[in-house]
Amino acid sequence: MSSGGSHHVVSVWAYLGVFLALMAFTGITVWAAGQDFGVYNTAVAVGIAVAKATMVVLIFMHVKWGTKLTQLFVVAGVVFLLILIAITMSDYISRPWPIMQ
Amino acid sequence: MSEAHSTPLQHHFTSLEQQKDAATLGMWAFLVQEVLFFGGMFTAYTVYRNQHYSVFEACSHHLDWKLGAFNTAVLIGSSLTMALAVHAAALGKGRAAALWLAATIGLGSIFLGVKVVEYHEKWEHQLIPGLRWGPAEEVGPALHLSGADVDRAQLYFSLYFGMTGLHALHMIIGIPILAWLAWRAWAGHFTTEYSTPVEMTGLYWHFVDIVWIFLFPLLYLIGHH
Repeated sequence: MSSGGSHHVVSVWAYLGVFLALMAFTGITVWAAGQDFGVYNTAVAVGIAVAKATMVVLIFMHVKWGTKLTQLFVVAGVVFLLILIAITMSDYISRPWPIMQ
Repeated sequence: MSEAHSTPLQHHFTSLEQQKDAATLGMWAFLVQEVLFFGGMFTAYTVYRNQHYSVFEACSHHLDWKLGAFNTAVLIGSSLTMALAVHAAALGKGRAAALWLAATIGLGSIFLGVKVVEYHEKWEHQLIPGLRWGPAEEVGPALHLSGADVDRAQLYFSLYFGMTGLHALHMIIGIPILAWLAWRAWAGHFTTEYSTPVEMTGLYWHFVDIVWIFLFPLLYLIGHH
């Protein structure tokens, strides 16, 4: 696919495919929540949500066919979100104080 | 507003393509800011859920996951109709775009209607921190919690109302914009060379869908195993 294709028109079938995949993943996330994966239940749930969000961003939001600069903005947003959560949690998890009780 | 110009190309852009690329980038700058806006609440959720793991799971049981799953399907459906509205508008099919936008408004309204039912149920059970929080001897047994955990449950429900409330507010803001676009599409304002407002609003609507994709498992489905 060419980059900077502002006038790219995506096939309706691509949208329907993403819609069906999103519905299927919703079913899978409900099923997975009922399974006991130990401490990994949340990781599985977030992983499925990330997969769903990626499909929405790439196809529904046309980022797959967007300019390189737009794609960079999207990735930057995700990176800064991860920085926000990771550095906050690195502080809380490493505190020896009774605050964690 | 300058939509009434005969050409959609504004004088400070060299081409329609450059104009649309600029609009798309600007919209994404806004959406990335929104990611971090919601990100603050997701971070708060992560902190408190790790501190009060079992309390959050007990509180999650009090949400009706079937209503949450139904709303997830409704919102995903509204993203599909929104994508089809953008598609129709880009092909210059104004009437079809207007109908898809109307369908998106309908699905969005169903979502908000279910949210009203859910919030009302929390009002009835006195589970709204700061507004209507019942006495510990009633809230505790309802949530299967005791002692200090009953107070900690307010953390979960504060996050529940904060996150779903902010999400719902985004939809309440989005629906009138969709209605305005539907009217413009029906009136034939969008053509094969200019349908940017529909596409930009589509980005916003899909973003709101993504937020819910994360909220549903993190609020409704924890502690089911």
